[in-house]
Formats: sequence, structure tokens, C-alpha cells
Amino acid sequence: MTKYIVKRVLLAILTVIVISMITFFAMNAIPGGPFNSEKAASAATMAELNARYNLDKPVPVQYVLYMKNLLRGELGVSLKTGRSISTIIGESFPISAKLGLIASAIAIVAGLILGSTAALMRNQWPDRLIVFLTTLITAMPSFVMATLLLYLFCMKLNWVPAFTAGSNHIVLPVIALSFSPMAYITRLTKTSMLDALSQDYIRTARAKGVPQLKVIFLHGLRNALIPVITYVGPMIASILTGSMVVESIFGIGGLGSKFVSGITNRDYTMIMATTIFLAVIMVVANLLTDIVYKLVDPRIKLE
Amino acid sequence: MADKFKKAPLSAQIDLSKFNMGNFEKATDDEKRQQEVMGESTTFFKDGMRRLRKNPLAMGSIVVLLLIVLIILFAPLVVPYGYADIVKGASNLSAFQYSSSELAKINAGESVFPHIMGTDGLGRDYFIRVVYGARVSLGVGVFASLLVLMIGMLYGSISGYLGGRVDLIMMRIVDIIYSLPDMLLIILFAVVLNETLAPVIKGTILDKLGVNMISLFLVFGLLYWVSMARLIRGQILTIKQNEYVLAAQCIGTSTPRIISKHILPNCLSVIIITTALQVPSAIFTESYLSFLGLGVSAPMPSLGSLANDARSGLQSYPSKLIFPALTICLIVLALNLLGDGLRDAFDPKLSR
Repeated sequence: MTKYIVKRVLLAILTVIVISMITFFAMNAIPGGPFNSEKAASAATMAELNARYNLDKPVPVQYVLYMKNLLRGELGVSLKTGRSISTIIGESFPISAKLGLIASAIAIVAGLILGSTAALMRNQWPDRLIVFLTTLITAMPSFVMATLLLYLFCMKLNWVPAFTAGSNHIVLPVIALSFSPMAYITRLTKTSMLDALSQDYIRTARAKGVPQLKVIFLHGLRNALIPVITYVGPMIASILTGSMVVESIFGIGGLGSKFVSGITNRDYTMIMATTIFLAVIMVVANLLTDIVYKLVDPRIKLE
Repeated sequence: MADKFKKAPLSAQIDLSKFNMGNFEKATDDEKRQQEVMGESTTFFKDGMRRLRKNPLAMGSIVVLLLIVLIILFAPLVVPYGYADIVKGASNLSAFQYSSSELAKINAGESVFPHIMGTDGLGRDYFIRVVYGARVSLGVGVFASLLVLMIGMLYGSISGYLGGRVDLIMMRIVDIIYSLPDMLLIILFAVVLNETLAPVIKGTILDKLGVNMISLFLVFGLLYWVSMARLIRGQILTIKQNEYVLAAQCIGTSTPRIISKHILPNCLSVIIITTALQVPSAIFTESYLSFLGLGVSAPMPSLGSLANDARSGLQSYPSKLIFPALTICLIVLALNLLGDGLRDAFDPKLSR
């Protein structure tokens, strides 16, 4: 087990390094430095600026310097606003995290309930309805869902005020974020629940007279959870990182919308810093999932 | 006579001398045919298609997809507007509405082609924009999936066939690419490639395609093939170990024949299904990028960029969001259902 964990941690570290290298060299491949503007600064000023931000050194050296700063938690300065990126992330990530975690929780709970219902009432109308709805939801991109929700509930019905500055009105963004993972968890739970319920130990439990509810929850759902767990880790990470479109549609100042505005403003240091930050979160989430997966299912061989 | 034919005591052999041969007659061809109880000989493909035809959802999605393809192929020939043509004084019309100058023409007896979905803020016919948007989305989806298929199949089969150390190294590379956060890198690459590729391809044929389009394909080619490669390698590894492959090797079947007759047909189902399900995910990614403004370049529309443009006037013109959104949902839904149907038809092991 220790060997496995060590191996996975090493792979995760390697992945982070690869991501940081890709990001750094990709950003450096873009022609034009950050200080090229319409008004040409004097040569002396340019040299001064370049020396100050280490831009006069060769790219690999710059990378090493960047990584050193990164390890100290310094992500540089936004090219457009001039603010420290660490501060920007510190301000905006909690908003995204709150949104993402609530959405994940809803997706997991609702997905498990719907999935088990569909499995237990197989080929009856609740099952058909659930399958129909999940198929519809998976065919809808998150930005379509978010915009439709915005139109329906903010503009037509006026239930929820649109574009509130605070993050009190997170109902719609949470719904928009949680729908498609919920649909996926529902499908996953249904399949693994059907699989679990057809196992021999379920028949044994029924045969010795275990009450129906106990069979379903203790023997069925517990075993059906294993494939769901493997999905949940990456899902939380991708909700946390993938909320950018939803955030910018609802005008929430989370990390995602900062990333999007970084893209539209061509704010390269901002893009780079957010990419590395989000990538680390995703890699860690995947790592934890893999380890938890091995822990919950003793049937999986440890290599 | 009797001692001429000596039968072993326990033999079941019939003593023909006891029968009058005149009582027998030869079976006709018809009667012979009655003995053939074999099913009609069928190929793997025919068998799958037969199962697919029994699936109403899959057949329905094929019909829907065919309709969409027909519309996006022929609508530009029928509708007299181009996707970038601006009709003067006809901005923000609703469906089947005419501008005042067009009404004047109609009153004068000329025929004016209706704006089936109205026009956009600049006075461009919205129907033709949605049609071109669907064209872009479907085209990107199909070609990106084919690209992914080719790279993944090549990489996966090399890794699977060669095995050993080559396989190990190749799969480590795949592991690392697999654990990269794809959406982030796609956005990153799209930004970077947009900036770096533009001067390189200026003036070439590729320029017509648009930088964003090329970077989109490059991104798919760079990142999305890994799961396909993994899948095909896994398939080849397991199929290689099947008894029927061993049996074929034992009776001296040549390696190309084993690969083409025994390994590939068994892989094929997985390849078809994964490619079919890859198309909607590629369409999703494309629309997502277009929505962020990283997709196809204006004035060429894409369903994602149309939806994004519709956001600013959502309050007054919701139909501009509804049309592209519905189109994209319909395409993805049909492709998903078709993919599921293909999976049920071609790989019963995977179904449910």
C-alpha cells in the first residue's frame, strides 16, 4: 500500500511539473513581451523593466526562477491590473470553492437517490422518467443550462435577482453546476446498484431473512458506492475548475470568471497562475480518489 | 450367401442384404435442403445492424441526424442569404417577420425569402447562421473524433502489439497526459496557438480555415487521443490472450489473418462506439470554447458563439438563444442515443 501511495504521489508531482512546464513554455511562445504596447518605451526603460522581471534571462532560467517564486507562494503580478495574483486567487477562490462544494454535495446526494430509485424500480415509470431526464440533461452544455436558467428565473419569473454583487444568490449557479454531474452520478449509481443487487451475497442476505431496507442500504448501496467514489473526486475538481462559464454568466467573481477575464484580456501571467493553481487542485483530487478507491475496495489488487 | 456377410455381434451396421434396394429412392434437392438447420450466414456487421434496427431510439436518432445533415448541406443552396450578409434595416426581426423595405418589395409583387428564425442585431439572417453554426459544430465534432481515432489507434496498437518495455514507456507517457486537466490545457493551448499560429499560416490555404479552428484540432490531436489509445491497447492485450487466437495460431493461421479476422473485429465494436460517443464530447468542447470566444473566428458562426452573442440581448430576444441552444442539444442528444444504440448492438457485453 505504501509503495502504491508513494508511486502515485511521485506521478502526481511529475504531472504538476509537466503542467507548469507546458504552461510556462507555452506562454513564452507567444510573441511580444508583457511590456510591448502601442507607445514604445525608451530602450533604457525596456531594459530596466525586463531586468526587473527577469525577462532578459534565457527562458529555462526564467522557468527555474518562476518555480522558485511559485514554491514561495508568489504567483507574480497581473499584467492588466497590476495586483498580486496570490491576492486575487485568495479573494476569488473561496467563492468558487463554496459554489463548487455545494453543487457537488447536491449532485452526489440527488444522484445517489435518483440512481438507487431507478435501479430498484427498474422498468417502471420512475425509472423511465429518471433515465429520460438524465439523457436530456447530459445533452445540454452547462452554458446553455446556465443561460436558460438565468432567462427563466431572473428575467421571466423574477424569482431571483440577476447579477447580485454578493454571493448570497447562489441557487441558480449551483443548479446549473450540479445538473450534469448529477445526471452522470444517477446513471452510474443505477448501473452499479443493479450490478450489486444481482450478486450472490444479496441473495444470501435475503435468504437468511435480512429486512429489505437493510439489504438495499447496507449490502446493496454500500457496494454500489465504489464506482461512484472514483467519479466523485475528479468531479469535484472539475466542478471547482470548470465553473468558469457558469460564473461568468451569473457574474460571480470567483476564480473561474477571473480565468475567463484573463483569457479575454490576454493577461498571460493571470492565465498561467490560475492554470497551475487549478491543475494542482485537480491532480491532488485525483490522487486522493485513487488512494481512497484502493482503501474502500479490498478486492482491487495492489500492484 | 449368409456367411458372405458376417456381422460383428454388437455392431450397429445395417445388413444391406436384408433390404430390397428398390424401396429406396434418392432424396431430391428440396428434401436435402430441409436438413439444413443452420441460420443464415451473417457477418459481424450485419448482425450488429440487425440489432441496431430493432432499437427505435437509435433509429430515431439516425433519422434526426440525417435530417440535420441534409438541412446543413442544402439549406445554404436554398436560402438566398449568406451567413455574413447584412440585410439593411432588418435587425432583430423575429421569426418570419419582414423589414419595411422587404414588405414594400412584397407589396410590389416580388417574392422575398422569409427569415425563418428572424435576424440578428446586425440584420443577418439567423436561420442561415444557425445552419452554418451547426455545420461548424458537426464538422469539428466528426473530424476531431476521426483525428483522435487515428492517433489513438496507431499509438494503442503499437503499444499493445509490441508489449514489454516499449509498452511500459508509452503507457507512462499516456498516464501523464491523461492526468493533465484537459479543459484548462485546451483553453491554454487555444490562447497560445491563436497568437503563435496566426503569422505562420498567413496567406496559406490553412488561413481560410481560421487559426482558431486549426488550434482546436491541434488541441484535440494533442490531448484527447489518450483515452482512445488506452482503450485500444487494453482491447488488443485481452483479445491477444483469447483461446481462439491461440487456436488460430495452432492451426497455422498467418498473423495478418489473425489480426484482421480475429483481433480487429472484436476491437471494432469498441472503436465504433467510442468514436461515436467522442463526437458529442468534441462538439461540447468546441461550443464551450466558442462560448469563451476561443472557437471559430467571426463572422463565421458556431452554435457556441451564437449562444454567447445571444446573452447580451437575452431580455428582449430570447429566441436567439433558444435556436442555437436547441440545435446543439438536439445534435448531442441524437448522437448520444445513437452511440448508446451502437453500444447495445455491437457490444452486448458492454450494454446497460
